[in-house]
Amino acid sequence: MSDENRKKFLYINRKAPYGTIYALESLEVVLIGAAFEQDVSLAFIDDGVYQLMANQDTAAVGMKNFSKTYRALGDYEVRKLYVEKESLAERGLTAENLMPIVYEDEDDDYAEKPSLIFVDRAEMAALIRSQDVILSF
Amino acid sequence: MRFGIVVNEGPYTHQASDSAYRFAVAALEKGHEIFRVFFYHDGVNNGTRYTVPPQDDRNLQKLWSELAEKHGLDLVVCIAAAQRRGILDANEAKRQGKDGDNIAPGFRISGLGQLIEAGIQADRLVTFGD
Repeated sequence: MSDENRKKFLYINRKAPYGTIYALESLEVVLIGAAFEQDVSLAFIDDGVYQLMANQDTAAVGMKNFSKTYRALGDYEVRKLYVEKESLAERGLTAENLMPIVYEDEDDDYAEKPSLIFVDRAEMAALIRSQDVILSF
Repeated sequence: MRFGIVVNEGPYTHQASDSAYRFAVAALEKGHEIFRVFFYHDGVNNGTRYTVPPQDDRNLQKLWSELAEKHGLDLVVCIAAAQRRGILDANEAKRQGKDGDNIAPGFRISGLGQLIEAGIQADRLVTFGD
């Protein structure tokens, strides 16, 4: 699909992964949407940064652990996961607490490259302003 | 302008469905086009015909169904979200071995691709609810 027919889709994730269904049902939209070959970005803001935590274990709450799905997003051409630095800091988190999420760059001999992009609040605001379609979960 | 509308909350607990309905009515009155209304998350609960609110209150499902009939609106309930929450049409009920369906007139059950398509085709995609 030519670039002029592509829209910029931004999925904003604001909630922790298991207290509500929004994170899971957001991922379901992202996976289905990948088939439409749009310009897709994900944003993780507020408690949404918890969705990317490493070593998630849901046994005690009896819910499906879907955190591996984030690591598979690269296979769906979803390669831009923007994480707000302030949201991490406000929760006492750093990049080291998050899952390593990578994609294979077919233009660079399939080298693995990081999908997580850390931006500050002003950069996140600019990213949101630059989008055509925003779905907030 | 061509609008897409997303409703993410069920009726009555939140005002989201009321606000979406009022937005749709106002947009149509102003001569705008509504490409599709997509019901997601608990929003799928707007599409059951089994709700029986008190007679002195509004019946949101009926309002949506009547608006759809009057203007040919495309009201789409997400199939994955609907299955979790017990919203079935006749085909799904049969396929899942359930003894009845509850989809309201004017609503149809389809996939999340319909939401993405609404985002692509509409000039503005307007979301109601969390």
